Amino acid sequence: MEKSKPRARSRSTEKTWELRLYVAGQTPKSLAAFANLKKICEEHMAGQYHIEVIDLIKKPQLASGDQILAIPTLVRKLPAPIRKIIGDLSDTERVLVGLNLREQK
Amino acid sequence: MTPAKQTKKQLKLLSKAPTGIPGMDEITGGGLPQGRPTLVAGGAGCGKTLFAMEFLVNGAIQYDEPGVFVSFEENADELAQNVASLGFDLKKLGKQKKLIIDHVRVERSEIEETGDYDLEGLFIRLGYAIDSIGAKRVVLDTIEVLFSALTNQGILRAELQRLFRWLKDKGVSAVITAERGSGTMTRFGLEEYVADCVILLDHRVNEQMSTRRLRIVKYRGTLHGTNEYPFLITKNGISVLPITSLGLDHQAPAGRVSTGIKELDDMLGGKGYFRGSSILLSGTAGTGKSSLAAAFVDAACRRGEHCLYFAFEESANQILRNMQSIGIGLASHVKKGLLTFHVARPTLYGLEMHLVTMHDLIQYHKPEIVVLDPITDFFAVGSSVEVKSAITRIIDFLKTNQITSLFISYTEEGTPNESVVGVSSLIDTWISLRNLENRGERQRGLYVLKSRGMAHSNQIRSFELTDAGIKIGALDLAGRRAEFNPA
Repeated sequence: MEKSKPRARSRSTEKTWELRLYVAGQTPKSLAAFANLKKICEEHMAGQYHIEVIDLIKKPQLASGDQILAIPTLVRKLPAPIRKIIGDLSDTERVLVGLNLREQK
Repeated sequence: MTPAKQTKKQLKLLSKAPTGIPGMDEITGGGLPQGRPTLVAGGAGCGKTLFAMEFLVNGAIQYDEPGVFVSFEENADELAQNVASLGFDLKKLGKQKKLIIDHVRVERSEIEETGDYDLEGLFIRLGYAIDSIGAKRVVLDTIEVLFSALTNQGILRAELQRLFRWLKDKGVSAVITAERGSGTMTRFGLEEYVADCVILLDHRVNEQMSTRRLRIVKYRGTLHGTNEYPFLITKNGISVLPITSLGLDHQAPAGRVSTGIKELDDMLGGKGYFRGSSILLSGTAGTGKSSLAAAFVDAACRRGEHCLYFAFEESANQILRNMQSIGIGLASHVKKGLLTFHVARPTLYGLEMHLVTMHDLIQYHKPEIVVLDPITDFFAVGSSVEVKSAITRIIDFLKTNQITSLFISYTEEGTPNESVVGVSSLIDTWISLRNLENRGERQRGLYVLKSRGMAHSNQIRSFELTDAGIKIGALDLAGRRAEFNPA
């Protein structure tokens, strides 16, 4: 999987999302997670996100940095606070809650 | 010795990973199962983390087996601080690539579960750590944290099952710690997955005395003791006290040692006690037991032998003064370092602590003679079963080191109390002191109840404490003189 390049970085005061997706090889769960993630990002933060995919099979030493246990894990690095969303991201609502895109009213 | 003989007879040896914890490898016949997971369960503060850490550190230092400590609760600095007082330098071991501490932090509030996942991240982290130093030992302390962090128990349990199989495939000896459950062995039922060896740690307070116990609930493929073994956490770490650490294969020394009183030597086959034997002096209060012990100690010190006197009732100064009044001067022996007193009330700490203190002092001073004065008060600290087992251990230990031991015990007038009866079977020579009333006068009487391996007198002799020392002679029975055939 390659890094996904941002389409256009907005220069407005809108937040830029730094997202890291941790996977372990090209398993169905990992592929599903990536696809789901792209979809959500395009829908809710088009042009304001940056996804980095880290394959732990290739770089196992990176697992401890972000305290990764589950695969796949999506880490919202920015904006703070750090949030971890684990799973194949098929439950869109939960993903949005996890990313704080759905405000809790 | 004996455990090794047993394992040789087994067809397929179950290899063991020695823990290096004193006493532990003896009761497990060599250590924990190698290449398999062991569950160590116990309540808070029982010593699980310490046990696991010692397994790892000893493995790294003594047995050349590097280890990985996966901590779910404390971080590396906290762990290093906790064990620094035991002399474990975790940072140094880390630099030497003998130990890796991996702190896995799971924060429930940070996590959102959104679909299917597995714990491959944990496997990868663990695998990476193990491969990087060639670890042979792993600790997971305590993996139960995952149960509170992740809501999907189905996935978690499936992954745990996979993890323990994975650890076996990796060939590492793993220690998994878990919290004791109420009703179940562990709170989250980890015992279902770790079935090769299960050890329970317990810490209870009884009559204001706290004791720590360890029990091997299960150990597949090995004959193991199923009893509870008391253990201590000392300044050097955990110390397990096996009941009979050394089978009953003591040497039987044939040498003799004088009692310090010629007439008493005569009563004991003419030569006195056997060296390395255990001697019990029992009697009611005021019959002169401590004096007999002092005479024995005095004679030994004059021969240049070292004596260790454990006093549980009187202070050293009091004993010295009392003995001086009957002409036995022990103070000079103390000055020369031949006689060492150790004074402690039995209720000061638990039985196990007394045992360990005695072990340590005996190993440090290496005496030829040890006196315990008196042992009766220990029955207030533990049950008669516990005290008897504690005394058995001490006697075993002393006999193996060929140390002659003297135990003093108080009895009630008339009937020998249960404490004496319970202990007497462990004793080689038993001398009883009695008060005999005759014509309005009290005489002290002494007789040898038993003395294994020698012909001994069965006469009751009179026993006097004078300014010039102890005098043993014929009883004055006003005309009645019973003649017994000796032996």
